[in-house]
Amino acid sequence: MVDRATRGRTPEGPLPPLIRFGRDLRRRDLSVGTGRILTFVRAVDALGLVDRDALYWAGRATLIARREDIPTFDEAFDAWYRSLRATEDLRVELDLPAPAPERDDADAGSMQDLEVQLARAAAEWHRAEDDEEVAPDEESSIRIVASGAEVLRSKSFSDLSDAERARVAALIRSLRLRVPVERTRRTRPATKGDRFDLRRTLRRSLRTQGEPFERAWRARTARRRPLVLILDISGSMAPYSRALMQFAYAAMAAGRRVETFVFGTRLTRVTRTLRTRDPDRALRDIGRQVEDWEGGTRIGESLRALLDAWSQRAALRGAVVVLCSDGLERGDPELLRAQMARLRRLAHRVIWVNPLKGSPRYEPLARGMAAALPSVDVFLSGHNLESMEELAAALEG
Amino acid sequence: MSGLPFTSVDELQRSLSDHSYLADRGLSTAIYLSLSLGKPLLLEGEAGVGKTEVAKTLSHLLGRDLIRLQCYEGIDASQALYEWNYSRQLIAVRAMDAADAATHVDDLFGEDFLVERPLLAAIQAGDRAVLLVDELDRADDEFEAFLLEILSEFAVTVPEIGRVASATPPAVVVTSNRTRELHDALKRRCLYHWIDHPQLDREVAIVRARAPHVSEGLARGVAEAVARLRSLDLAKLPGVAETIDWANALAFLGAEELSESLAADTLGAVVKDHEDQELVAPRLAEVVGGDG
Repeated sequence: MVDRATRGRTPEGPLPPLIRFGRDLRRRDLSVGTGRILTFVRAVDALGLVDRDALYWAGRATLIARREDIPTFDEAFDAWYRSLRATEDLRVELDLPAPAPERDDADAGSMQDLEVQLARAAAEWHRAEDDEEVAPDEESSIRIVASGAEVLRSKSFSDLSDAERARVAALIRSLRLRVPVERTRRTRPATKGDRFDLRRTLRRSLRTQGEPFERAWRARTARRRPLVLILDISGSMAPYSRALMQFAYAAMAAGRRVETFVFGTRLTRVTRTLRTRDPDRALRDIGRQVEDWEGGTRIGESLRALLDAWSQRAALRGAVVVLCSDGLERGDPELLRAQMARLRRLAHRVIWVNPLKGSPRYEPLARGMAAALPSVDVFLSGHNLESMEELAAALEG
Repeated sequence: MSGLPFTSVDELQRSLSDHSYLADRGLSTAIYLSLSLGKPLLLEGEAGVGKTEVAKTLSHLLGRDLIRLQCYEGIDASQALYEWNYSRQLIAVRAMDAADAATHVDDLFGEDFLVERPLLAAIQAGDRAVLLVDELDRADDEFEAFLLEILSEFAVTVPEIGRVASATPPAVVVTSNRTRELHDALKRRCLYHWIDHPQLDREVAIVRARAPHVSEGLARGVAEAVARLRSLDLAKLPGVAETIDWANALAFLGAEELSESLAADTLGAVVKDHEDQELVAPRLAEVVGGDG
């Protein structure tokens, strides 16, 4: 490869800075494993002499795999590269334990050495990976009719004491949620199906001298529809949205295709945060993440942001969408009307939960609510436990 | 890796542009690394930025066959890997008489009866091919897992025939429009590059390279207008493919420069969504250029 003898070297040797970069990215919450770093090192080596651009692009191609991660990567790269320049004013040099990493047997040994080195360096920050996955919660069948809970059931979320709130939260989490199924294009072997399975029929016929006595069929498979929760967290809605967040948490446990968004003046996706083991911690994290907790409401704009970014993805198409808001829109009701219509066209069913509906005198006169209603399939109150049960039932039916 | 007709990123970038594909430094680096490290290249980006074109150009440049696997909802192994030609098998079975049958059953599962699908073809071709797995996001999770298996081994076992493996794996380009997020396991196996809409000058050059009969002035006018369109709040942003289509359409009408009325007549070539068209129509003068 390139003659490196004449070039300056980083004082600590070539490998540690590259590994350190991986660690930097990790500290910024990007999932960069040892395998990625190994590929990065090999890539830098494959490029031979590297300048800033080459390092940058080698890193971009090997260390990240998501568009959203690019800004974080850029930031980390700048910082990291500056730290290199502090010690080294020309080019970064690499002197790998292995020569050009090809798949020759002769190199296999030294390539392994490299892997061992990387693994050792990576070991200290590797353990953080363990707490990612949530164990799939078995579907709890407890209904909220448990004794003592009767009073709580009809009490509005806004009137709960702290102790009651914790109790109610647990009850909401134990709600059983079922999302309807949709048929997919994929087929599977079935005893009764609507498609002839030539492959299996013929296989069977070989047992009977090529005479197809037994016919085989395929049927289309079904899968659960995605569930999308869009929660208003503006001022008036705070007590209800906290309760609904518990509902979102229960929904996450019920199936893997769940997306949760919150909005006040703007939209934030909180699906990832909710995927942790502890719902209370998740809620605290969301509180920190979302700046406009209890601000104002711009439903139309938030919906547009959601539809622009997500309508092309599987998450919304054919989904059951639960929108929780009081419908007191501060933006343009026409925008809300148009966005609701868009949402209606994409989704399987749109359920609007409005806690104000719990009051007997309520009529949906607010301009926002009136604009949205034509595109709503089910309109529910959702202000207490009882109505949460209704919501759970509406998801299914 | 030996056998590549270039030894540096710059050289690759030049030969790509000789084949009318103008790639920036980032994309060239990603392609170069993908070929030198023998790792699949995962390309993501808005529709129409030239993801599929990368594989096509690469196959020309390397002088290899392009094997394309177009993914769609419901695609499964028998459509991607191989399938037996059942009708033919059935006829063969019928044609045998009972005495032959026992000895000839094995023939039914010979290569004569095998229908090769893209993945098997690519495995057999090895480094004589470029495999394009197009729009993987349209296939479902199960298929992705299956593909991951193929991409890590480049070998499959056909029970009746035996193991088929490539000595040297083919170059692989995977594209996704991000209608859903691909799995991390697959991403880890690949190098990743996000293709952005090109800068203005590059886009002009691309139009000129792809549609040589379009005049410089028209190409620039169109590219500028498309750049302004992209800054509007459209549901579907026009890609490079649309820019080229639009320039072609205008050139076909004999235009030397873009004007508001010409743009109005040909808007369908670049804005392909009804609501977007309604949004753009009143702002056409502004899109075409400040001086109107």
